[in-house]
Parts: sequence; structure tokens; C-alpha cells
Amino acid sequence: MEKVKKIQSGDVRTASRLIRNLEDGSSEARATMKHIFPLTGHSHVIGLTGSPGAGKSTLVDGLVESFRKKGKTVGVLAVDPTSPFTGGAILGDRIRMQRHAEDPGVFVRSLATRGALGGLSKAVGDAIHVMDVMGKDIVLVETVGTGQQEVDIMNHSHTVVVVLIPGMGDEIQAIKAGILEIADIFIINKAEREGSSKLRREIMAMLDMAPESAFQAGWRPPILKSENAFEPVSFSKSLDELSDTIDEHYKHLVKNGLLGSWAHRKTSMELNEAIRCSVLDPVLNSLVANGELDVMIEKLMKKETDPYTLAEDIAGRFLKTC
Amino acid sequence: MSSNQIRVMVAKPGLDGHDRGARVLARCFRDAGFEVIYTGCHQTPEQIAAAAIQEDVDVVGLSCLSGAHRYLFPAVVEQLRERGGDDITVVGGGIIPDQDFQLLYDAGLKAVFVPGATLDGIVDWFKANVKPRE
Ligand SMILES: Nc1nc2c(ncn2[C@@H]2O[C@H](COP(=O)(O)OP(=O)(O)O)[C@@H](O)[C@H]2O)c(=O)[nH]1
Ligand SMILES: [Mg+2]
Repeated sequence: MEKVKKIQSGDVRTASRLIRNLEDGSSEARATMKHIFPLTGHSHVIGLTGSPGAGKSTLVDGLVESFRKKGKTVGVLAVDPTSPFTGGAILGDRIRMQRHAEDPGVFVRSLATRGALGGLSKAVGDAIHVMDVMGKDIVLVETVGTGQQEVDIMNHSHTVVVVLIPGMGDEIQAIKAGILEIADIFIINKAEREGSSKLRREIMAMLDMAPESAFQAGWRPPILKSENAFEPVSFSKSLDELSDTIDEHYKHLVKNGLLGSWAHRKTSMELNEAIRCSVLDPVLNSLVANGELDVMIEKLMKKETDPYTLAEDIAGRFLKTC
Repeated sequence: MSSNQIRVMVAKPGLDGHDRGARVLARCFRDAGFEVIYTGCHQTPEQIAAAAIQEDVDVVGLSCLSGAHRYLFPAVVEQLRERGGDDITVVGGGIIPDQDFQLLYDAGLKAVFVPGATLDGIVDWFKANVKPRE
């Protein structure tokens, strides 16, 4: 396929258009992905997550610099929320990364969450595939927050970096809500602020309580720190340390034969998402389009029927073998 | 379901660091339902064009208060062309004297907005003139 060849040769215009058409749900783009998928598997995918304002984009920018110094090419996917009221979005992560705009070895793409049912994780997964086939050695994915959606997205990453800052109070709460399970590396950013060592102790204590089985082949998530992003020399030193630790984590996965089980987990999630996209979405869309869904909701509210019966009816109508 | 979103980039070329107006405009576009990529101040035409291609935007909105629009706006159009982005609409705004309009249109800008323009007016122009690609 012409398009796929162009993407393999690193053509930004073709790649960014494909990512866009995937986001827009074009069936032609989906057809292209059939040719992309077999070519994937080159990139080391790294996820960064944490609260808004924690410094994720700043760290991504520093990581790009660090990986470029090591001669690696880098793709960045920066996810920001869509306004639930207007469907629009302000995607501002790029501001921190613009110094790399002209570097042909760096491709930065912003994605809005949009809000399709579980669709975001799929859109991110597809965009990662495109960057992978472009030949990017490293793909960095930035997402906000710590909800299930972010956990799903992070499942596309080999290495997950959780960004925390001192003095937030709710950070540890957030970790308890499932981030601990997915973190491979913690980084305390803005560490010049008060409360940095307390936060470090809290993370340590939590890791101490985790069962040994939580640490894959003995990988206990290291706790790094970075501070004073405005002092480029020392900041970039801590970012080199972060990128070295990320490399070490990848080596750990390889050395302990963990890439296979990682790929199994990721692939099964991908299949799940693809099934949802090809089976559930069309069904829901058709029920929305002809107004049936609204009628059903009305009936449910009057207790004239129940969701179980309705779901069985729908399955009976749409699925041939259930 | 497929739905084609309009993607807009708001960029500030040149040396002036007053980006309040650009930020207000970005919020306005978001409220109109667009996806807005904001790149911040002090951007070179090369950086703006490269980012617009990477983000696959439909339109680039340039804001410049420093008076260097005569050089900077056409330079962005030129850089986009060089990168195969001739189909990306470019518009500009700022403190732009009437006598510069023709120069900017000749350079390929599709609209020029001056301080009298209302936010609603700008959004309406975008809605009427910018179609998301298929
Ligand atoms: N004091 C301090 N500020 C930082 C540090 N890192 C980032 N910031 C600032 O924190 C703000 C939010 O950063 P950003 O990277 O956009 O955060 P994100 O929302 O997590 O992507 C910006 O104003 C940064 O300049 C740091 O180490 N120390
Ligand atoms: Mg950010």
C-alpha cells in the first residue's frame, strides 16, 4: 500500500492524516490499519501520567531531549480532555515541547479525549501503532489523571512513569486508586517544594506494603526526583537519569522474558477494544440513530421492562450466533 | 460513528510576548466545538509550520502585535507550502494597518482580523469558511 510505504519512510503528513482519520472513525483509515498492524513492534512505549499541572509535559520535553542525545527518534502523543459541554478542546501540551518542532527525529501529536465509550484508549493504541511503523524508537504518551481511562491507556505502554508533586495531599489517594499497580517508575517533580521527602517516604511505605508479586521479576519501582525545571543544566541531568531508568526497565523486561506476557496482556486488550468498536458501537449507533434507545430508556424508567430483557432482545436481533 | 472535527492551531510568531488575546481566542474556539492546538509565544514561522503539519490542522490562526506581520505571516504560508501543507488555511490577526491587507491576501492569507473584530464574528467566519477534511 502506497500510504503504508510513505508512513514507513517517516512521512509526517501521511501519518498525521491517518491518525486524524482514525480519530474521526473513518472506515478507510481502519482498513489501512490492517496493513499497519503486522509491521508494529519496534517502539519502546512509555506512558506518563499524573495530576494536571504536575509537570508531565515539561518532563516529556526533557525526555525528548535526553533520548535524542542518545540518538533515538521519538514520537509523542499528548492527550488533553475534551470539554463535555462543547465537544471542543484546548490542547496545550505542545507549548512545552515546541523547541523540538523542527527536529525531523521528533513527531509530536496532540489528541483530545473526545469521549467515545472506551474509544480513547483505542485511538491512542492506533496512534502508537502509526508512530511505531514510522520507525520511532521511543513513543511517549502523556495523559492526565488517574482514572480507569488512564489505566487503560497506560496498558499500551511497556514502561509507566507516574508523576507526583509534593504538597498535594490527595496524591497518595490517587495512587491507592490503582496507579500503584501500573507504576514502573515514580518521579517526584517540583521536588524543590516543601513536602518532597515526606511524599517520598509515603511512596516507600506503600511499596513496602505491596506483596512481592506486585514487583515483576523483582522490579521495585524506583522513586526519582526532578526540580527547578527553569534551571536547564540540573533539570536535564535529572531527566537523563529518568531516561536511563526507563531504559533499564525495558532491559529488565527483556532479560526476564516479560515482553511476551506484556504483549499478551496488551494484545488481548486491543482485541477487546476492536470488538467493541466493530460490534457494540454499530449496534448502539443504530439504536441512537432511529431513536429506539430513547424509547427503551423511557420504558425502563416506567419499569415497563428491564435492562436484562432489552439487552437479550438486542442480542437476539443483531447477533446471529448468540 | 464518524464525525469530522475541525482542528485549529493558534500561534504567536515573533517577539511579542502578550498572549492574552491568543488565549482568549483559543477558549472561544474550544467553546465553538473546535479542537485547538495552542503553541505559545515566540514561535518562528518554521516551528509553526512544522507543528501544523504534525497536528494535521485545518487552519492556522496567527496573532501578532509587534508589527512584524508583513514579514512573519507570509513566511508561515511559505513554510507550510514547503512542507506540503498548501491546503491548510492561514488567517491572521493583530494590529494591522489597512494598507497591509492586500499584501497579506496576496501572500495567501484567507482572512485578516483587526482589533475591531468581535470574537463571535471570528468564530462565524471559521464556521463558514473552514471545513474539516474528509
Ligand atoms: N517550580 C517548578 N515548576 C515546574 C517544574 N516542572 C514544571 N513546572 C511548571 O509547572 C507548570 C505545569 O507544567 P506542565 O508540564 O504543563 O504540567 P502538566 O499539566 O502535568 O503537563 C508549568 O508552569 C511548568 O513550568 C519544577 O520542577 N518546578
Ligand atoms: Mg501537559
